[in-house]
Amino acid sequence: MTVAEKILARAAGREEVRAGEFVVGEIDLAMTHDIFAAKVFDTLLAHGIEELFDPTKVAVVIDHFVPAPTAAIADLQRRTREHVKRFDVGIFYDAGEGISHQLLPERGHVKPGMLIIGTDSHTTTYGALGAAATGVGTSDMVAAMATGRLWFRVPETIRFDLDGALDRWTSWKDVVLSVARMIGTDGAQYRSLEFGGPGAVEAPISGRLTVANMAVELGAKFGIFPADETTFAYLGEPPTEVPGPDPDAEYLDIRTLDLASLGPQVALPSDVDLVVAASEAGGVAIDQAFLGSCTNGRLDDLEAAASVVAGRSVAPGVRFLVAPASRRVMEDALAAGYIATLVEAGATILAPGCGPCFGGHGGLLGPGERGISSSNRNFPGRMGSADAEIFLASPATVAASAVAGRVVDPREVADG
Amino acid sequence: MDDVMRGRVWRFGDDISTDLLSPGAYAVDPVDIRRLHVLESVDPTFAGSVEAGDLLVAGRNFGCGSSRETAPENLAALGIACVVAASFARIFLRNAVAIGLPVLVCPDAHGIVETGQQGQVDLAAGTFENLTTGASAVGEPLPDEMRRILAAGGILAGVTVDDASPRSV
Repeated sequence: MTVAEKILARAAGREEVRAGEFVVGEIDLAMTHDIFAAKVFDTLLAHGIEELFDPTKVAVVIDHFVPAPTAAIADLQRRTREHVKRFDVGIFYDAGEGISHQLLPERGHVKPGMLIIGTDSHTTTYGALGAAATGVGTSDMVAAMATGRLWFRVPETIRFDLDGALDRWTSWKDVVLSVARMIGTDGAQYRSLEFGGPGAVEAPISGRLTVANMAVELGAKFGIFPADETTFAYLGEPPTEVPGPDPDAEYLDIRTLDLASLGPQVALPSDVDLVVAASEAGGVAIDQAFLGSCTNGRLDDLEAAASVVAGRSVAPGVRFLVAPASRRVMEDALAAGYIATLVEAGATILAPGCGPCFGGHGGLLGPGERGISSSNRNFPGRMGSADAEIFLASPATVAASAVAGRVVDPREVADG
Repeated sequence: MDDVMRGRVWRFGDDISTDLLSPGAYAVDPVDIRRLHVLESVDPTFAGSVEAGDLLVAGRNFGCGSSRETAPENLAALGIACVVAASFARIFLRNAVAIGLPVLVCPDAHGIVETGQQGQVDLAAGTFENLTTGASAVGEPLPDEMRRILAAGGILAGVTVDDASPRSV
């Protein structure tokens, strides 16, 4: 069995399951956030359900609209807090603590082998720690919070074997953008992506989180790095027996990727798989650069950006917005001096949270504007006007582009 | 829910994202407001002209992007009877089933129909027919497990305070 099959088999109380089967799995962790939480709890109450299947397995995070940009959203968040109390929700992070997909791994709620759902497509992020985690809508979430169970079709798995090592200015964002170029935005539709090989073993958790996060951009249900020593070191726990793939696991496809060959990449407007080398992105002038999101708002990302902009200034006319993925990331970046470096270069620091990534608030693009972003989607209208253009890239490439005022290869700005 | 549906077709292309179906700026607005902005940046006349019973036919990767259930919910609120697409992004497909909005995977449908023509969907047979031209395309009926949820009107049809027992698929 693949990792996905093993986790779904365990959750369904079965010895073995195979791709294509439908199973009902026991949910280990169910997350919802400020956009959908009130609707989920309202709907539970409307069905007469006043108790969660297991409050300790339910997480609520206020991360999307932080701080609340309108009175109506402030009121929605007030109602969300009331629901959290009423339902005795076990895991709650209020506005300002950070993004759900950073907080749940960072604060130790995600464990290898778990079956996790969230009312957010980027719930796939938790696969970085060896969990099977995926996004669902509010109705599925209501059903799961009421019963503790949800149906799943066991996905076929596409295995990516990673080899080689990244160079200084190439990051795990460049890896996942390269995977997007290889298989396209529906190349893993309904599938599980499983990452292995020497390159994956060497990957730090921050890089695994970035890759698993964007698995959904390839259509994937799960994006899984099987748990290993790096995983348990991150969790601060002794290694335990967790599912890795069987030697005879059946894969729909096995692909290989040489990390040493990649170099910085950019996804052009307006598809995640329109990926070219950063040096071939045309040097297009930009109005805004955004560093943050559940894809790339972690300490390593702020470090990469700070190292690029140190001693340099953001280009005139460019807004450089930085949203740390969590309060802890912000504290660590302050202590390390990254925040000071970024601010001195001209960056605007936003609250820990989703920032403008999802197009709700906090630094949107106007008609005809162009932005480069370390986030995960460049669809029309994703970050404001449908007539704006979004380029996706790594933190180093975003920071270098902020300095250059145009989309550039970070090596053009920072030397080695 | 009837397996056979006839209606006027609205045809769209590939990669119609949830950001187009339910723009983030209206993410927390009521459905009466949200539905006015469906696909506005692709076809500004759509939300104002669509009528109950119309069919939406699209290319590959329909509903890609966010987990927002407001995407299928908005289409249902506009009266779309069924979405036929070459392929669906998985969360959209899941959400459509969860709220009881019929969907059909039919790779060739959008190649044989134009906006304004009359179409017919047969969910059980998995077929789409262009009633205006007579052309037809064969897709795949949804698996029985998903059709049962659709037929019940959505996943919450069975969830009540008295039903704490394990749900079958």
